Amino acid sequence: MSGFFQNLLKKFSFNPFAKKDHVKLGLYGPPNGGKSTLANRVCLDWLGEEMSTVSHIAHETREINIKEQVTIKNKKGKELTFSLVDTPGIATRIDYEDFIKKGLKKIEAKRRAKEATKGVIDAIKWLDNMDAVVVVLDATLDPYSQVNITIIGNLQARNIPVLIAANKVDLKKANIELIKAAFPQYKVIGISAKYGKNVEIFYEELFKVGK
Amino acid sequence: MVTFQFIPFQEIESLSSAKRINKLMNIVKDNKIVIMEGRLKKEEEADLIEITMEEISPKFQGIELSVIYPDQNKQDAWQKMKGKFTNLLLGDRVGLTIIGPASIVKKIEKNPDKIELFTKELNGKHKNK
Repeated sequence: MSGFFQNLLKKFSFNPFAKKDHVKLGLYGPPNGGKSTLANRVCLDWLGEEMSTVSHIAHETREINIKEQVTIKNKKGKELTFSLVDTPGIATRIDYEDFIKKGLKKIEAKRRAKEATKGVIDAIKWLDNMDAVVVVLDATLDPYSQVNITIIGNLQARNIPVLIAANKVDLKKANIELIKAAFPQYKVIGISAKYGKNVEIFYEELFKVGK
Repeated sequence: MVTFQFIPFQEIESLSSAKRINKLMNIVKDNKIVIMEGRLKKEEEADLIEITMEEISPKFQGIELSVIYPDQNKQDAWQKMKGKFTNLLLGDRVGLTIIGPASIVKKIEKNPDKIELFTKELNGKHKNK
């Protein structure tokens, strides 16, 4: 019962002068867009250590990973501190046989599929906890997939600031203009999380969505 | 054989979000492709994905989902106002939602004013506009 009243008080307490010291910055997107690679890039650049494991097999990240107290600095010396939340890729289909095709054994593939479904559910539930979100899209793929539209639509409905990272611009097939055309209401930054291309611009833009 | 089931807006209009999603899921799990008049709310789309994930099993690999809806970013102020007024009066019946079982629908491509649906069984495509 006391928990109920605590939550109620928390809901109605509003102090515009209070310093927001637990900004949660989420990395969202479909599987294999490069969320964990970007999380690692941010952590490596500012904390000197990686955060997540990455793989060419989809659904490598199947749990919410959080790195607390990441502080980045811009050219003017301003600091932005946030908790970086790397989320599992959101998908509408998960077939364990796809993992077998990628070389996993049947038992491992089934386990991965089960964990992946839970990961998707967790990622969606965590949307409400986010203060700002970077949607990480693979710039070589069609941006008009319903998963992308659903993720961005839900962030829009919740009034959560969004920055779109069009990842993998180091690849020839990358088409940032298509992503810009698909989501004209948001800023789109073409980056290569793997090679660090344009990450400085990406960090500058983080200040705009994370403030 | 691929079966399409049309769901007119009035069939889901009065249903709660949970019942609406449940109705759609039951049809999809029956290996039919839903063509629904109108669209789900953004939150309902997320709920649909959540429920799909809860249902995943070796027999049910999930869904393919696509929505055709007039791009509001390309509408002028008058068109937006007209759309909002119509929605207020008649409900959000603009657009078309397609949901199919992943075992049958290989992929749905949106480009963005047309939908191309690729089925696994027929290895062909049906276009809906």
